[in-house]
Amino acid sequence: MNRTKGDEEEYWNSSKFKAFTFDDEDDELSQLKESKRAVNSLRDFVDDDDDDDLERVSWSGEPVGSISWSIKETAGNSGSNHEREQLKSRNSFSYAQLPKPASTYSLSSFFRGRTRPGSFQSLSDALSDTPAKSYAPELGRPKGEYRDYSNDWSPSDTVRRLRKGKVCSLERFRSLQDKLQLLEEAVSMHDGNVITAVLIFLKKTLSKEILFRELEVRQVALRHLIHFLKEIGDQKLLLDLFRFLDRTEELALSHYREHLNIQDPDKRKEFLKTCIGLPFSAEDSAHIQDHYTLLERQIIIEANDRHLESAGQTEIFRKHPRKASILNMPLVTTLFYSCFYHYTEAEGTFSSPVNLKKTFKIPDKQYVLTALAARAKLRAWHDVDALFTTKNWLGYTKKRAPIGFHRVVEILHKNSAPVQILQEYVNLVEDVDTKLNLATKFKCHDVVIDTYRDLKDRQQLLAYRSKVDKGSAEEEKIDAILNSSQIRWKN
Amino acid sequence: MAAHLSYGRVNLNVLREAVRRELREFLDKCAGSKAIVWDEYLTGPFGLIAQYSLLKEHEVEKMFTLKGSRLPAADVKNIIFFVRPRLELMDIIAENVLSEDRRGPARDFHILFVPRRSLLCEQRLKDLGVLGSFIHREEYSLDLIPFDGDLLSMESEGAFKECYLESDQTSLYHAAKGLMTLQALYGTIPQIFGKGECARQVANMMIRMKREFTGSQNSIFPVFDNLLLLDRNVDLLTPLATQLTYEGLIDEIYGIQNSYVKLPPEKFAPKKQGDGAKDLPTEAKKLQLNSAEELYAEIRDKNFNAVGSVLSKKAKVISAAFEERHNAKTVGEIKQFVSQLPHMQAARGSLANHTSIAELIKDVTTSEDFFDKLTVEQEFMSGIDTDKVNSYIEDCIAQKHPLIKVLRLVCLQSVCNSGLRQKVLDYYKREILQTYGYEHILTLHNLEKAGLLKPQTGGRNNYPTIRKTLRLWMDDVNEQNPTDISYVYSGYAPLSVRLAQLLSRPGWRSIEEVLRILPGPHFEERQPLPTGLQKKRQPGENRVTLIFFLGGVTFAEIAALRFLSQLEDGGTEYVIATTKLMNGASWIESLMEKPF
Repeated sequence: MNRTKGDEEEYWNSSKFKAFTFDDEDDELSQLKESKRAVNSLRDFVDDDDDDDLERVSWSGEPVGSISWSIKETAGNSGSNHEREQLKSRNSFSYAQLPKPASTYSLSSFFRGRTRPGSFQSLSDALSDTPAKSYAPELGRPKGEYRDYSNDWSPSDTVRRLRKGKVCSLERFRSLQDKLQLLEEAVSMHDGNVITAVLIFLKKTLSKEILFRELEVRQVALRHLIHFLKEIGDQKLLLDLFRFLDRTEELALSHYREHLNIQDPDKRKEFLKTCIGLPFSAEDSAHIQDHYTLLERQIIIEANDRHLESAGQTEIFRKHPRKASILNMPLVTTLFYSCFYHYTEAEGTFSSPVNLKKTFKIPDKQYVLTALAARAKLRAWHDVDALFTTKNWLGYTKKRAPIGFHRVVEILHKNSAPVQILQEYVNLVEDVDTKLNLATKFKCHDVVIDTYRDLKDRQQLLAYRSKVDKGSAEEEKIDAILNSSQIRWKN
Repeated sequence: MAAHLSYGRVNLNVLREAVRRELREFLDKCAGSKAIVWDEYLTGPFGLIAQYSLLKEHEVEKMFTLKGSRLPAADVKNIIFFVRPRLELMDIIAENVLSEDRRGPARDFHILFVPRRSLLCEQRLKDLGVLGSFIHREEYSLDLIPFDGDLLSMESEGAFKECYLESDQTSLYHAAKGLMTLQALYGTIPQIFGKGECARQVANMMIRMKREFTGSQNSIFPVFDNLLLLDRNVDLLTPLATQLTYEGLIDEIYGIQNSYVKLPPEKFAPKKQGDGAKDLPTEAKKLQLNSAEELYAEIRDKNFNAVGSVLSKKAKVISAAFEERHNAKTVGEIKQFVSQLPHMQAARGSLANHTSIAELIKDVTTSEDFFDKLTVEQEFMSGIDTDKVNSYIEDCIAQKHPLIKVLRLVCLQSVCNSGLRQKVLDYYKREILQTYGYEHILTLHNLEKAGLLKPQTGGRNNYPTIRKTLRLWMDDVNEQNPTDISYVYSGYAPLSVRLAQLLSRPGWRSIEEVLRILPGPHFEERQPLPTGLQKKRQPGENRVTLIFFLGGVTFAEIAALRFLSQLEDGGTEYVIATTKLMNGASWIESLMEKPF
């Protein structure tokens, strides 16, 4: 399309190469009439001369005139073109009256050039050696048309021609020996395209058993066939091949991979079931089994919860409507979900966190972390408390966190727990430095003050005094400690 | 418009012109008005060699992106599909063609495969019953695309996966083809060095292709002295580490695509008076990054910690230049000042942009998490605690950081330990599968197949030997005024570049032992030149080495090679070619298993 003056204006307004205007800091200079005139003339000068050097960039940075820019531009017109075409079909006269579209093709271009050739490819065309008219083997032409030429090309000539994109028939290679020689020639050329073409031919003309047997001793060709089968999605032949080669783990993985393409959860579940017995490594077998069990579980939970949610009787779903279905979510996400919506359920139900923990052997650490995040999000501080409380055999309670209390504090803070709650857990952090750090970061003043007092660190306490609000309870507390005669300060 | 391509030691504009010519020739074959339907992936690479104006000169009137169902209306005689040879694209093309046939005026269809025709794709078109609709079916061998004065890329996303996972040699074949094109334009390269299985293959293909061309003697005086072919899997470590050069960090954080980067627009709001915050642009700011921009050329390869001081120095220089106007008294002086204004304005705009980008990056690099991640990476690379479960990685999983980040770290640990202890590997695997989903079993297998994540076999860790012999870890690194390539990762010297450095001086014979530990053969081949073309090097004249990374290269590695090129007594200047410009994240992503 032509860029008009209007486009030019827009270019100057939007590009990073601005027309030269003087902003405030330059106003002394701008008073000079001479330079102003010079600058104004500069504009024209720049327009004419720098056209090629300065790349024009629209706001989005796409250089004006770049290909991706032009796609947007020219495609943008297609809407109106489309309308116009509809108009045209209704009234052939209106076309001429319509304003000229931005993209300037003329009516004459309609008549220019040749009309659509009905039979554009004559045999002689196909036979000529110009790559422009070239045909792949057996593509686009009925078989019979190959008959009368190229009967004496050797496998190596044939492969060479194929590589140059020329027409060749492979059909005339009938004996197994010829076919294999063809394959070997192709492989020695390293051209994947030609190797694949020959493989397509072999796949079509050889029995599966022979094809597999011959490829087993030709590793490069074999790898190309595997890649090709993956590419065209011929899963059945691929699995047969792996079975033949006794590449059992690949067979299993390749089969398992198919589940990615199954959207329906029930069908996917059924498919996963067929994966369970496959020859994976021991480690993977367990994971595949878990994958199946998890989806099975999710389907049950999803049906149940969708029902509960739509019934509107359950408080938790009313207060916190579900954002997405739980189907196909990872295990940890599922655990979070169950800690969020089904925390108090008895171990017997499929959706209870404890049941998930047991079924999937989720480690303590993982479990506590997830449960903590879920309960903190609901601000269920009581549950949080219970999560870390253990009773010893004498009945004394003790706080214990397999993930370390510093992590607990971070998670609580992320869920905007109130200071009193945070304080309680900051206090449980064993390492004094970490504790002070966290307490300072999250403004747990009491913890900071008490810790400095216990450390008998008068200097730090004084320093901290300047950080708390004037006249606050914290300040009073600090003053009381500083004035206490019972503490033997270390500094 | 691509002047920056000719700044380097080798004028890559010659290549650009050659591919432009080929494009024009194809367009002229389809006489009359045209519309191009683009495989969207190709528009980026094509943008580097042609502007719309070139297409327009050849009667391209409309351009669309390839999409399902009907083509948008266009009154043109020819419809040309520009596509990569991929089966799923063939299905879309067939849909387009079939729905087109049922309506409107007759038109001619053509298809241009980039970079190679594919018999497989044509078979698919035939199966879909549309193959006969195409008049021209051709290929456009855009193998190596010039990105900068010293940089070429094939931009083939799948190359690493194809080469090292599927053992499909197609992209190696394209690489060899690209090298033949380069030799046709810049003369036969007399010496070929290589390390790795794929390198060996490419060298074999080149030698074979050359034999087949024996009819025509290449009479161009050779520009390149050496070719070094390097397999990516010889150095799996480098791309996994976070790049710390300016360009590398832009790529890590925002992703550079075909030399463009998209940035959050807030920092680039035009400062105009009366422009309230109300109409802040919401569309991402897109900037082109290459050496055509003077300032960028200066700072792109610096360690990010050295960028700030350069920017502030530049700012002083520019404001001083603007101050000059007070000294301009006479009309002549003013005129002279004004004549410099365009340059100064451009410099000021460039400075403003890069100051904004540097601010954006700094927000990331000063974050606690970035620091923690870097610490872990550096521990691994210097050989600390690589054989046990890392607590930072554990935390990342627990907090569900992006999976790619986690995989990158786990792979880094594995590579720095020559494989993980089985117990450690199993632990990571379980954590990842439970947190991110069991289907990632497939991705983990891919990583294992590529050698990125594996159990340690034989209980031997070779990495310390490699690290020490090749001096991969440097404790005293000068980020401001570097003396060694290790500045690009603030301590770690990229293995791949170290190999290149040692090859040029004192030669690989000195590191035979390490070369044997690294995978694949190393070799040397000579391509004899007729006596008339043999080069007599002037004393002090640098050799030019073309270094080809098979499977991808990072911006930090490029920076390290440019650093070597600029060394006063370096003796070698590098031109870099690759199958794909990449970083750890895009690399891992290319290995992840997705639905068909």
